[in-house]
Amino acid sequence: MADVLDVRGVRKSFRTGFIPRTRDVLRGISFTVSQGEIFGYLGPNGAGKTSTIKCVLGLMFPDGGTIMLRGLSPLDPRAKAGLGFLPENPYFYDHLTASEFLDFYAQLFGLPKAERAERTARLLRLVGVEKAAGLALRKFSRGMLQRVGLAQALVNDPSFVILDEPLGGLDPIGRKEFRDIILGLKEAGKTVLFTSHILQDIEMICDRVAILVEGRVHSQGRLADLVSEKILFTELTVSGVATAELAGLGQNVSVQGGRTLLKVADEAGVEAILALVRERRGRVHSLIPRVQTLEDIFVEAVRRS
Amino acid sequence: MTILVIARNTFKEAVRDRVLYLLLFFAASAIVLSRVLAILTVGDRAKVVKDVGLASISFFGALMAILIGTGLVYKEIEKRTIFTLLAKPLRRHEFLLGKYLGLLLTLGVMTAAMSLVFLILVFAHTLTLELRLLLPVGFLYLELCLITAVAILFSSFSTPILSSLFALSFYLIGHFSWSLETLIKKTPPGAGRTLLRVVYTVLPDLENFNLKTEVVHGLPIPASLYLYAPAYGLVYTAFVLLLAVLIFRRRDFI
Repeated sequence: MADVLDVRGVRKSFRTGFIPRTRDVLRGISFTVSQGEIFGYLGPNGAGKTSTIKCVLGLMFPDGGTIMLRGLSPLDPRAKAGLGFLPENPYFYDHLTASEFLDFYAQLFGLPKAERAERTARLLRLVGVEKAAGLALRKFSRGMLQRVGLAQALVNDPSFVILDEPLGGLDPIGRKEFRDIILGLKEAGKTVLFTSHILQDIEMICDRVAILVEGRVHSQGRLADLVSEKILFTELTVSGVATAELAGLGQNVSVQGGRTLLKVADEAGVEAILALVRERRGRVHSLIPRVQTLEDIFVEAVRRS
Repeated sequence: MTILVIARNTFKEAVRDRVLYLLLFFAASAIVLSRVLAILTVGDRAKVVKDVGLASISFFGALMAILIGTGLVYKEIEKRTIFTLLAKPLRRHEFLLGKYLGLLLTLGVMTAAMSLVFLILVFAHTLTLELRLLLPVGFLYLELCLITAVAILFSSFSTPILSSLFALSFYLIGHFSWSLETLIKKTPPGAGRTLLRVVYTVLPDLENFNLKTEVVHGLPIPASLYLYAPAYGLVYTAFVLLLAVLIFRRRDFI
């Protein structure tokens, strides 16, 4: 598949403080986003996610490296004609109503009046704020602004959408609706780059991910490749068996209300415990095999750094 | 034309700002106050009305240009609306020039409103419609174009308070720099005189746009000024805007 975005060796540093000190924000970032995929850009707060996005959009100039948007420079208006962007914690013009705001942004793409009106109405309906279309944006809650923000990102029917922490400020229903909209974009053949520090969001909808830690891409690839399906260990909760008898079969994590929670490393250990419980006429309350998750990889990456 | 789209939104933003109407109210009050001053004056009362009225338009026009001009670009950066704007097919210089044009349009409407109040007041006093009084207002608008460009220049890299102080300094220096010309004439030829001439050339001379005295007192206006003042304003404004664009194009939006 063709690359929609190609980021190679991007570096960026800032000089901050009263006595200026150089702080490296991006330390040679490289990744690509392919046509038609949802790409998750994951990292803890302050890892450099938003800085990368700003470089991609031409809002900041990298100290080194190259960025290509469909083979064009980020400063080229042609590259932005097919691009949509929702910033983190969006804030828009207080003096405009939601309809006026979308119409204003649609005008920047040179859309004719009738088409602007049709798109504005359709997008406000899509993000669920059609009832507040005539309301000034200063009266909008954070969640509603987030919704209008998504509508403005889609006003030009973009083929590539960049969403910076799109699910922040939304209630659980809003998060579900946003996830559905993002999946809908993929179904319509669009490409999505989506940053988050919330792992479940990424795990649920992304095809590929890059994990960013302290300005470096720690790992990237398809989720299935990054996350192995091998069982790391099994958690067992049993009762009716003396804790001392279980000692050699697994790691005793806790004993509460006559129930023993054990962490068992291999399948043979699990079989042995189940046989012992049957023999003592005890009970198995839970048996949970733990596979490696994105969270494990993420925590490991942050710990190593 | 994306510049015009930005200009329209800037105009809409400015005219929906209450501060503008507060300034307009004070400007209209000051113009009307000239009538009270005229009553207290011995001599040609009409001249006092015209003089104070034009001075009020000039002062409040400059205040509007500085206060609105320094806030608008900064607000876009501070509130991060510029992030989504520049993610659209909009070049940075188009954004800045759009903001500038929007402000000029706003100031044009405000100057027209102040002039209307002024002309009505003069008419009430003299019972003649003195359209000649619009000539100094036209020149004043040229001055406002330059001050707005300066406000935009400072707000492209500084905070509104600092930008306002810088722009106000520019305004004050601009109205007193003519005294340097007198000093140049009195300084003997040499390095000192050359230095003064360089300083005078670089500093703005906003008195070029001041025709108040000539019009109010019916003094002759040199024909060359009709050409020189607009040309001076145009070149100076273009230079300041170019500088603003060059700074704005290079900055990072953090």
